Amino acid sequence: MRLTHFIFLLYIFSFYNCKESKLELIKIEGKQIPITDTLPIDSEIEAYIKPFRDNIQKDLDSVLAYSVNTYSKSDGELNTAIGNFMADAVYNEANPIFKKRTGKNIDMVLLNHGGIRSILSKGHITKRTAYQIMPFENSIVVVALKGKQMDSLVHHLIRKKRAHPISKLKLTITENNDIVEAKIKGKSIESDKIYYVATNDYLYNGGDNMTFFKPNDSLYPLNYKIRNALIDNFKKVDTISPVIDDRFTQIKGAK
Amino acid sequence: MKRRDFIQQASAGTALVTLGGLGLQSFTTVTASKKITILHTNDVHSHIDAFGPEDGRNANKGGVARRAGLIESIRNENPHTLLLDAGDIFQGTPYFNYYGGELEFKLMSKLKYDAATIGNHDFDNGIDGLYTQLEHANFQFVSANYDFSNTIMNTHTKPYKVFKKNNLKIGVFGLGIELNGLVDPSMYKETQYIDPIEIAQDMSRILKTEEHCDLIICLSHLGYNYKKDPNKISDLKLAKATKDIHLIIGGHTHTFLSKPTIVKNIEDKNVLVNQVGCYGINLGKIDFHFDSNKNISANGTSIIV
Repeated sequence: MRLTHFIFLLYIFSFYNCKESKLELIKIEGKQIPITDTLPIDSEIEAYIKPFRDNIQKDLDSVLAYSVNTYSKSDGELNTAIGNFMADAVYNEANPIFKKRTGKNIDMVLLNHGGIRSILSKGHITKRTAYQIMPFENSIVVVALKGKQMDSLVHHLIRKKRAHPISKLKLTITENNDIVEAKIKGKSIESDKIYYVATNDYLYNGGDNMTFFKPNDSLYPLNYKIRNALIDNFKKVDTISPVIDDRFTQIKGAK
Repeated sequence: MKRRDFIQQASAGTALVTLGGLGLQSFTTVTASKKITILHTNDVHSHIDAFGPEDGRNANKGGVARRAGLIESIRNENPHTLLLDAGDIFQGTPYFNYYGGELEFKLMSKLKYDAATIGNHDFDNGIDGLYTQLEHANFQFVSANYDFSNTIMNTHTKPYKVFKKNNLKIGVFGLGIELNGLVDPSMYKETQYIDPIEIAQDMSRILKTEEHCDLIICLSHLGYNYKKDPNKISDLKLAKATKDIHLIIGGHTHTFLSKPTIVKNIEDKNVLVNQVGCYGINLGKIDFHFDSNKNISANGTSIIV
């Protein structure tokens, strides 16, 4: 009985479909629904996320080092304590890797002032600190530049007068922007020598108007994130106490 | 062809458009009417948790657990619902740095996403990083203009997928943005980008004449519009240059629209282009109402946005 009933219904349906078959699109309604805190939370999904979140929080908040003071990229004119720390950390962490792979040493490091994304606060340093200072995924690359191109690099720094983080480069200029001293690892820049400059892939590709990395002699991508270099450095040192020094200065009164 | 005017209903803050006929007709029988609901997100960028109360721009907005509840209530209302994502699922919070996209895909599977296309940031851990996470995705990746044949992703995406809902066929195809200059070549390896307009024309033809789809949807990561670079392909340009596509769901440009954009296609028919910003702050909802011929005296589709 039930089966007959079913077949009968099917028959009606197919008949109906044959007769009035073609459906037309008659109306479209579009809207956007904001996801706000007035919407209820799906507790099953929330419970599923929780262990992942807790694990990240725990890892991000585990203490790696201690910062003696609060350091900001706005403290300092042509070099800053936080920038000096970052550039030195990149040198210290990346150079052993570069040396192992190529047999060569990094000659200097150049990062950009805009790439320091937060202050380094006094107190405990955690992985979260590294994510705050460097949220981007940029990796370290080493670029081989001829001495001549090093001149464009140096002149870019002089022209911009921003406290771009540098390491192993010492630059002293007069009030008229004349170079008093431009040395790499204590030696004057020679025009026919090749210099291995560590920077990040963003700047290498012309970011922040740094157009002097191309063309170059060769490029060595280290596949090593700037943030990971900072984390590795935090793990190695107990206490962070960088200072503003004489790596890039302008002598007041000297013309 | 008579072109109907765009009538803005200011008081309700909505607009009503009719085309090709005398407008909305009252229909007598409802038995043959069907509704398909399309829900969509784009550029969620690993934003699994809602923004905190202290966030300067998006305080207390977004969050997968809230989106899940909303989607479920919409599905309860209309089971004939598709849930789609227009790419850039990855990158933006430590969830991605720690788990490489695993949780993003697992949650999208739990929310029962039906399909997604691939955004440029989905290559951020390399094409191998994307491939590794595929085992966590119980939904189809659609990409018609990335040729993955020389990569590890080969056979793991489809140009399009046809869904059957309420006896209607819905064809969804995917389009991705040019990767050269945007993504490091070492990340996308030998992925070949193909001109999206040509591919879109192929797709709409196949979906209409071979697959007999009632609805054709393009899931695009091309970007909404490039004012400063008018030659660059975008969703608005794609909509104008193609035919038979009903809806383009976009991404990439993180465009917040007050309402979906209505564009005239190459045949002077209306196409809806939508995008819902980024970070899972909004959910797009487009309802398609179908009725039998008999019930409408004039052949016209009204669009209420």
